[in-house]
Amino acid sequence: MLVLSDVTKAFGKSVAVSGVSVSIPKGQFVGVIGRSGAGKSTTLRMINRLTDPSQGRITYLGEDVTALRGHKLRDWRRRCAMIFQQFNLVGRLDVLDNVLMGRLTHTPGWRSATKMWSRDDRAMAMAALDQMDIAKLASQRADNLSGGQQQRVAICRALVQEPEIVLADEPVASLDPRNAKIVMDSLQRINRHFGLTVLCNLHSLDLARSYCDRLVGMANGRIVFDDVPAALTESVARELYGLEANEVMAPQPAPVPMDLRTAITA
Amino acid sequence: MTHSVAVPPEPQLRPMLDAYAQAVAARRRTIAIGAVLMLVAIGLSSVGAEVRLDTFWDKIGNFSSYFERLTLLDTGARVWTDPVYWFWGLRRWSLQLGQTILIAYVGTVTGAVLGVAGGVLASRNLSRSGTVRLIVTRVLEFCRTVPDIVFALIFVVAFGLGPLPGVLAITLHTIGTLGKLFAEVIENIDMKPVEGIQGTGGSWLSQIRFGVLPQVMSNFASYSLLRLEVNLRGAAVIGFVGAGGIGQELIVAIRKFYYSDVSAILLMLLVCVMLLDFGSEKLRHRLLAAEQAR
Repeated sequence: MLVLSDVTKAFGKSVAVSGVSVSIPKGQFVGVIGRSGAGKSTTLRMINRLTDPSQGRITYLGEDVTALRGHKLRDWRRRCAMIFQQFNLVGRLDVLDNVLMGRLTHTPGWRSATKMWSRDDRAMAMAALDQMDIAKLASQRADNLSGGQQQRVAICRALVQEPEIVLADEPVASLDPRNAKIVMDSLQRINRHFGLTVLCNLHSLDLARSYCDRLVGMANGRIVFDDVPAALTESVARELYGLEANEVMAPQPAPVPMDLRTAITA
Repeated sequence: MTHSVAVPPEPQLRPMLDAYAQAVAARRRTIAIGAVLMLVAIGLSSVGAEVRLDTFWDKIGNFSSYFERLTLLDTGARVWTDPVYWFWGLRRWSLQLGQTILIAYVGTVTGAVLGVAGGVLASRNLSRSGTVRLIVTRVLEFCRTVPDIVFALIFVVAFGLGPLPGVLAITLHTIGTLGKLFAEVIENIDMKPVEGIQGTGGSWLSQIRFGVLPQVMSNFASYSLLRLEVNLRGAAVIGFVGAGGIGQELIVAIRKFYYSDVSAILLMLLVCVMLLDFGSEKLRHRLLAAEQAR
């Protein structure tokens, strides 16, 4: 059980997250939705402690995560793996080495610094890549891969951390629909197969509705909705997204006005 | 323990790991050979250059005794017992030190500006003509291979005593060193923004102005400030051959064994470099903060 109580984050005068309280039971697939700038990313980053909260407490299984430092903090970060919108791989390292970054907290410093990874770690990393269908890319440089492939490498890196929670910050926002589906399917698979808790920031309501057990809606740094996806009516969605509502809900792209259409074809 | 990866059985895993090992083997071998060669080179060069630890150990006493004499006034008293007598030439030295600072400053600024042009023309990704690149690279090499004091000697003969030959010498040397560093910084940039500008129809100069400069400015500023520190020391030494500044005074004091004068001048130089270091660090952080605040 991951519990956020009254968590607030201010950057100077602007308040990104204010008084967020939410508890997430083990094994749930939670979608955090809301328009850009609603505080979704900051909330996720605070759980991993990439950003420190200004106020409030985050606890996991009763342990205060906000107070952790040094070795314990690094172990906590291992337990709640982070997946980023821009993948955040090390472009100049090869794919297998990138995945093995997820084994850093398990490996003595002299081994990782000289890249003398243990056979077990290499086997595990390769197995993760194979699970994502990209084992044959293992020796490629990470920045030679396409976006979808890079995000799958990032998921592998998260998996070999042997995490209990996966935090995914807009994991598909930079991907095309086909790759978005592959990535979301794999998040769903680790949630179903291995029982990992998944917290996923999503911009698209359609994806959120079809993959998540529970939706948490944020606006202006506060939680304004917290229920099963079915409870998310159109009016709530409009409130959440305001003017962006049509854009995130419409299954087809918004129709192009007539005069523009002629202008394009002309 | 949470399980998040299902490791397949050995027969299924082995071919994948073997394929990876084969693919990276060549790269690993190159690195290993390089490391061995470097160790051998270090060993050979220390033998070749007669780096002998026993000599160092035997003569270390001379070194410390010189330093001891630096703390003595010509009256035989320790320097710190009479600071006014120690710094008897404070006024004159300050003026000369000021001149040294100006030589370093003018030389660094001019050298950095020309170094940017040199760096752009010498960089693999921006320079459009191989011939130009080759020539510019050689010129930069020449500028930094010739020590600034040698340039100063030549210019003193040509232009006479005074700060002008000093400024020219520092400028030339700075073009060589900064030009090379700038070229390397430019070669490490992300070319996507440059392509973006190119795609809008922007000229080569616009591509550099808007695609390259914003990426490299903070690095250029850091290197130039570092170079200013190095040049301050260089400008002091350049005075040894008559190219202006505090160096003339310093070399006279060293030659004539005016120990307390040597220590006073060195101390003033040291304070100057420390102030400059402090100031440049502040400035660099300001620049970075201004960059991020936008």
